[in-house]
Amino acid sequence: MPSETVELQGHIIDSLTLPKVLDEVMNFGGTFEIIEVAIGHRREDPSRARVRVSAATQEALDALLGRIKQLGAVPVVEQEAVLVPADIDGAFPENFYCTTNLQTFIRHHGRWIEVERPEMDCGIVVDPKRQIASTLAVHRVKKGDLIAVGHQGVKVTPLERSPERNVFEFMASSVSSEKPKGVVIKEIGAQIRVAKKAGGRVMVVAGPAVVHTGAGTYLERLIEAGWVDVLFAGNALAVHDIEQALYGTSLGVYLEKGIPAKEGHEHHMRAINAIRRAGGIRNAVEQGILKSGIMAACVRKGIEFVLAGSIRDDGPLPEVITDMVAAQEAVRRLVPGVSVCVMIATMLHSIAAGNLLPALAKLVCVDINPAVVTKLTDRGSFQAVGLVTDVEPFLRELWKNFTE
Amino acid sequence: MPSFLMCPPDFYQIEYEINPWMNRRRPAETAAAMRQWQALHDLLTTKLGATVETLNPVKGLPDLVFTANAGLVAGEKFIRSNFRFPERQREAPVFEAWFEKRFYRIFTVPGDACFEGEGDALQLGKTLFAGYRMRSDIQSHRQVGEILGCEVLSLELVDPRFYHLDTCFCPLTDRAALYFPPAFDDYGRKVIAESVPEAIPVGREDALRFACNAIVVGNEAVLHAGCEATNLELRRHGIKVHELDLSEFHRAGGSAKCLVLRLS
Repeated sequence: MPSETVELQGHIIDSLTLPKVLDEVMNFGGTFEIIEVAIGHRREDPSRARVRVSAATQEALDALLGRIKQLGAVPVVEQEAVLVPADIDGAFPENFYCTTNLQTFIRHHGRWIEVERPEMDCGIVVDPKRQIASTLAVHRVKKGDLIAVGHQGVKVTPLERSPERNVFEFMASSVSSEKPKGVVIKEIGAQIRVAKKAGGRVMVVAGPAVVHTGAGTYLERLIEAGWVDVLFAGNALAVHDIEQALYGTSLGVYLEKGIPAKEGHEHHMRAINAIRRAGGIRNAVEQGILKSGIMAACVRKGIEFVLAGSIRDDGPLPEVITDMVAAQEAVRRLVPGVSVCVMIATMLHSIAAGNLLPALAKLVCVDINPAVVTKLTDRGSFQAVGLVTDVEPFLRELWKNFTE
Repeated sequence: MPSFLMCPPDFYQIEYEINPWMNRRRPAETAAAMRQWQALHDLLTTKLGATVETLNPVKGLPDLVFTANAGLVAGEKFIRSNFRFPERQREAPVFEAWFEKRFYRIFTVPGDACFEGEGDALQLGKTLFAGYRMRSDIQSHRQVGEILGCEVLSLELVDPRFYHLDTCFCPLTDRAALYFPPAFDDYGRKVIAESVPEAIPVGREDALRFACNAIVVGNEAVLHAGCEATNLELRRHGIKVHELDLSEFHRAGGSAKCLVLRLS
C-alpha cells in the first residue's frame, strides 16, 4: 500500500489540528500510524507529530496528501535509496539491501516506487529507464545492474491486522493436533473462495503422502473443479499418482483394499518407464496412456505445474527439473498473483514455496508431524494457518466444502 | 493610547477579483471612499484618542489601503506578510520599507508559506488566534508563534466570503470575542468554544455586513453601520459602539478593521 511519512508542528493539540488530520486521513479512505508525538511542555511550546499515512493507490495517497498539506501535515524529506552498479555477474555489491517478503518501496528520484515481486532473501534492482524496481535473486545479477545498498530510502509496509478475526490472524494459530479441524477447514475453503473471487490464484504444494493416503482423488477433483491454479511438487507425487492411475497402487499398495500388490514394489518404476517411453506426462495423457489422477487432471485442465526433483528421486519423470536454480526460477514465474498457497505433506517443497511467496499470500500448512507444521508456519510468513492432521481427512473435508 | 497605521485610498479601486466580494463591474467611488476613510481616521484620532500614522498610497496598489494585511506588529517586531495572490505581493516591499525606516526588527515566515498579517492573526489574552487555508498557510503559524513566544491556535476558514480571520472573529477583551460560527468547521468552533471564555456568535446578516471586522479600542468599538443585533450585544458587554458607513470598502471585501494595522 503506498504510504508517506508526514510531519506536523505547532500547537497541534489545542488547535485540534492533529485529530483533524487523522480524521481527514480516514475520510479519504486512508489509514495512519502515529510514529512519534512530542508534546510541548509549556503552553507556548509547540508540539510535533510524525504520522505515516497510507492509501490504497498512489492517486488516492496524492489526493489525501494534498488535503492534509493544507492542514500543515507535510511529507518528511525522504532520502533517496543508494544504488550501486553490480561489479560482477552473479553477486551483489557489498552491503546490498537484503529483502523481506513484505511489500517494499524504494525512494528513487523523489518518489516511492513499489518493488515488484516481493520475495525474501533477494536484492533490489532498479531499471532507471523504466523507473521500475524489482527483487532479484543473487544468481541473476548481471554486471552493471543498479542494486540498492544499505537501508536508506527503502521501506517495508508491515502487514496490518485485519479488522475481522479469521484463522489466518498473525501467527494466532498455535500448532496443535487438538483443534477443531472442521471449522478451520471450512474457513480455509471460504478464504480460497474469496481469493478466487478477487482474481487471485491458488497454489497447491503437495507431497506423495497425498497419494499414499488415498487423498489423491480429492486433489484431482479440486483441480477438475477449477479451485487450483498452480501445482508445485516433486518427482514422487507425480510418480505415485501415475502409479495409482496405471496400477491402482501407491508404493505397491492397493489403495482400494489397503493390501500390497504382488510385485507391487516394481509398479512405480514401471510407471516412470511408461511415462519416459511416452516422452513425458503431457504426451502420455495425449496418447491416452494416462487417463486419471492428479497429473492427468493438470494436463487436461491446463494447470501450470512445476516438478522439482531431489537427489533421492527414481527416474525422474521427464518433466522433473533437476537443476535447483532452474526449478526456483520456474516456481518464481508461477508466483505472481498467488494469494493462497496450500502446502500438504511436504516439507522442503513447502519451504521453497514459502521463500518465493510474498507475505501477503496466505499459507495453509498441513502435515501429520507437528514439527513440520510449526517450521512452516513460523517461516517468514505472517499469514499462516497450521493443521496437524493426516492429509486424507483434510482434503476430503476441503472437497466436501466445495460440494456443499 | 493605541496607535494605528492607515493608508489613504487615493488609488483604491476594484482592479482585480481575488475574493467573492470583488467585481470589476462594480467599481468603488473614489470620492465616497475618501470621505468614508477620512471619517474613520477622524473618529480614531479625535473621539478615541488613538494615534494614526499614514503610509503614502502607491498608484497601482489599490489594496494598500487595507493595512491590516501588511504584517503583524508586536513591540519592535514586524512579521511581514507573504501574500497569497500576486496582485497583492507587490505591496509587501512598500510596507517593509516603511517599517525598516522606523527601525523595526523585520521577520519573515519560512519557505513559501503564505501569511497575511493581522488579517489572519488576532491576539486574545496570551493566545494568538490564527486563520488559515484561504490566504495564510498553517505552516506559517509555528514560526509566528516562535517569534512572538506565544501559543498559536490555528483555525481553518471554510467560507470564501470570510477569507481572513478578521472578517469572522474579533477579540473584544482578554476573554470575549465576536465570531461568525459558519465561517469555521467543527474543529474551529470547538477550539473557540474551549479557548474563548465568552464567545459571542454573530448572525449571518450582521456577519455579511462585516460586524466582526470591528476596531476595538478599550471599551469602544468602531464598525459598519446597521449591525443592530451585534450593537446590542456589544452594548450588553459594556462596549460603546461607533457606527460608520464603510460601504465603499465592502466592495473589496474589507471594512473598519481591514483599514488599520495596530502598531501599539
